[in-house]
Amino acid sequence: MSPLINLSRRAVLKGSGALILGFHLPFLPVPAAMAGSSPMAINAWLKMSSDTVAVIVARSEMGQGVFTTLPMLVAEELDVDWQTVRAEMAPLDPVYANPLLGSMKTGNGTSLASGFLPLRQAGAAARLMLMAAAARIWRVPLTELTATAGVVGHAPSDRQASYGALAGLAGRQPVPPDPPLRDPTTWTLIGRSPPRLDSPAKVIGQATFGVDVRLPNLLHAAIRHCPVLGGTLGKIDDSALKAKAKDKERSPTGYRPGVIAVVPLTNAVAVVAESWWQAQTALADIAVSWNEGANADLTSASLDSALTKALDTTDSHAIAIAVSHGDADHAIAGAARVVEAVYHQPFLAHAPLEPMSATASVTATGCTLWLPTQDQEQYAKLLPPLLGLKPSQITVNTTFLGGSFGRRLESDFGIQAALLSKAVGRPVRLVWSREEDIRHDFYRPASVSRVTVGLDAADRLIGWRHRIVAPSILARVDPGALKNGLDSAMIAGLDDQSYALPALLIDSVRRDTGVPVGFWRSGWHSNNAFSTESMIDEVAAAIGRDPGHLRRTLLTDVPRTLGVLDLVIARAHWDRPLAPVTGGRRGRGLALHQAFGSVVAEVAEVTVFDDGRLRVDRVVAVVDCGLVVHPDVVKSQIEGAILFGLSAALTGEITFDKGQVLQSNFHDAKALTLAEAPTIEVYLVESREAPSGVSDAGTPPIAPALTNAIFDATGQRLRRLPVADHDLRAQ
Amino acid sequence: MVTLTINGRPVTTTVANDTPLLWLLRDQLELTGTKFGCGSGICGACTVLVNDEAIRACSVTVASLADAQIVTIEGLAGEGRVQQPDSLAEQVIAAWIAEQVPQCGYCAPGLIIATVALLRRTPHPSDDDIDAAITNLCRCGTYPRIRKAIHRAASALPQSSHAQSPHGTPPAP
Repeated sequence: MSPLINLSRRAVLKGSGALILGFHLPFLPVPAAMAGSSPMAINAWLKMSSDTVAVIVARSEMGQGVFTTLPMLVAEELDVDWQTVRAEMAPLDPVYANPLLGSMKTGNGTSLASGFLPLRQAGAAARLMLMAAAARIWRVPLTELTATAGVVGHAPSDRQASYGALAGLAGRQPVPPDPPLRDPTTWTLIGRSPPRLDSPAKVIGQATFGVDVRLPNLLHAAIRHCPVLGGTLGKIDDSALKAKAKDKERSPTGYRPGVIAVVPLTNAVAVVAESWWQAQTALADIAVSWNEGANADLTSASLDSALTKALDTTDSHAIAIAVSHGDADHAIAGAARVVEAVYHQPFLAHAPLEPMSATASVTATGCTLWLPTQDQEQYAKLLPPLLGLKPSQITVNTTFLGGSFGRRLESDFGIQAALLSKAVGRPVRLVWSREEDIRHDFYRPASVSRVTVGLDAADRLIGWRHRIVAPSILARVDPGALKNGLDSAMIAGLDDQSYALPALLIDSVRRDTGVPVGFWRSGWHSNNAFSTESMIDEVAAAIGRDPGHLRRTLLTDVPRTLGVLDLVIARAHWDRPLAPVTGGRRGRGLALHQAFGSVVAEVAEVTVFDDGRLRVDRVVAVVDCGLVVHPDVVKSQIEGAILFGLSAALTGEITFDKGQVLQSNFHDAKALTLAEAPTIEVYLVESREAPSGVSDAGTPPIAPALTNAIFDATGQRLRRLPVADHDLRAQ
Repeated sequence: MVTLTINGRPVTTTVANDTPLLWLLRDQLELTGTKFGCGSGICGACTVLVNDEAIRACSVTVASLADAQIVTIEGLAGEGRVQQPDSLAEQVIAAWIAEQVPQCGYCAPGLIIATVALLRRTPHPSDDDIDAAITNLCRCGTYPRIRKAIHRAASALPQSSHAQSPHGTPPAP
């Protein structure tokens, strides 16, 4: 199973005699651009042969399981043996747009939510078309046919035909406009955990990631960006790369053997060579001067101080009010008790294990990309003006993604590969070093949040005021979405929080910093869950209430969230004391958060040793993500989301001096190790609601659950992440 | 020019002597199951067996490996495997699938190699043994399943075999 099948619509239909089943999906209009111009404007989700069913997957597989869960939806209705199902990555095509994101794009926890109905309908329609084909061949009424486990049968005449044998004719049958779907009680795949379809190739090293793309005549490239963020390339001195006299005749390019070209880019220099190691070592031998630009004096201290200062802005034009109900200022002013805290969160790198990479082949008539990306469609917009091509001349083939966490929503590495291929006139595979990956990310934004809570004389919450100051992501990726220059997206997870608060004021202040920022697993939810769930814990401590039970009293009107909270309290044995440990203090912390349509609560248990060492012993998570399509994938995603967030909360921090990122590789941008990983228990709430996002939703609660547990153990309240910056030794 | 033994076959290379093994494997030999993650010997995505030891291929030069037996993931599994079959590697791979370990899967080949090396030395490792031996990074956070998969693979091994058996010796019948 390769994700690298270049499946143009023409190929689907002609298919060199293959038995292809293509059909319109009735609810997805064929895009106007395709409808008039091409008779091939037909949607294709299935390819069938005598022994396999290939389901076309239009979402990028980055570990979250879409190569398994999306085919399950088709296979459930089609009624085929799971052993025969394969997954194939869709090419860039408007018909594969994500209806929830408006283009061919993967993210925001939308893959299952957007596919749940259409892909089952696709499977059901295909099954009816296979039956219709059999009815025509055998000249029998449709009602006498069965279709199950990949075989259409006609019992009265004792005839059978495999789906594969019928597929050619089936593809020419009319598409049933509204195929009935199975009664959920008869599902045989959905709700179970069939084996992941991508694992067998991955475990033997045969899956193709971005760094693995092979092409005839392929060259390799390495890159070095301006070390100062936002700076540009000045002068290149590549004289050290020139061929020595004895090598001259072996070196038509004039460079030392193996080196093909030195290519200047706007903010970087790249070397193209016959192998990546030659390119990478050649880069080190080039002298470059940089135009450092506006960020040359930027430091972490100056950034933190700028954000913190903006907390107190009184300029109403700088404040985007997201939620205002009741009069929070008045309630707080008249409160019997006020609890207030400021929470500082750092910039964070994505650091997927596969560094940024892309392969491109650019000719006078087209550009073909092979790359791990979450956003295929952006290249059809961004590349044509750079390459002098038309959007229709851009082909995007998606490889497996060696992790992403939002990083591969960005276009930078793909555009670079295309420019390099154009420069040398041959296919080029660009691979960034880890150092470039860490230092030239689009970082999770740092933020400073102030939360102020007023309580009445009976310790009831009467007012909540919440302000986040942070640099804007939208200002770069979707400036049209700014309202009067304000980024209201940065309050995600604050505006829909579930607690009963009679007066609430939530606002945000955009303070751009020069540091490139982008979406990181769960987006702004990670910032906002930390401030909210820390504050709830602080309030509980201030009034001497159990933080779990305080949350219960605030959630009585929200049964779904309350159910998640109650279940985590039960499963974590919240009300039972932890076993003590000699030489350390133990603690337990809880946090819950709603994001991407799902509700997740997590309880972390920690041991803080007297010498300051911290061990996270156990995390218990409860998830309500609507109907669970693949329970094991959901559990694995929650496990991963917890460890991803935990890694960040413990040590994650990108810092700056003189406009440069100070971290460079996993020795100083540490990632959680196996030895440090806690045991994790995940419990799923049974639900019949539509499926909602999982991979992102598990991350936001873990940082506050962790710091709340550290507070429980030590009495130290950590309001600044990461945890590693704090001294936790017993006083 | 160096001659190395990779997956049981002699390979003569013309790359510079200080080229890391990783880039010989990936760019010259197209053995791309060995992954590039950090280039600094930290993440373990490029782990291969060198004389049965788990070694980060990004951090050893080809010149240093002239007499060594090198085995990559392709030599343990699939078409190019050295042994027919290597039951230990197959147990580890089967355990990885049974526990549904991989998410993005980029770390999987290196981890499987590291686990094979661990189980050769310590066929029934404790959790502490695993913590000490398995230092590969997984950014998807599959660690709980990696631990389970290692125990699963170990439990499928006979109580006494493999511990000292040199690489290349078929398992006892």
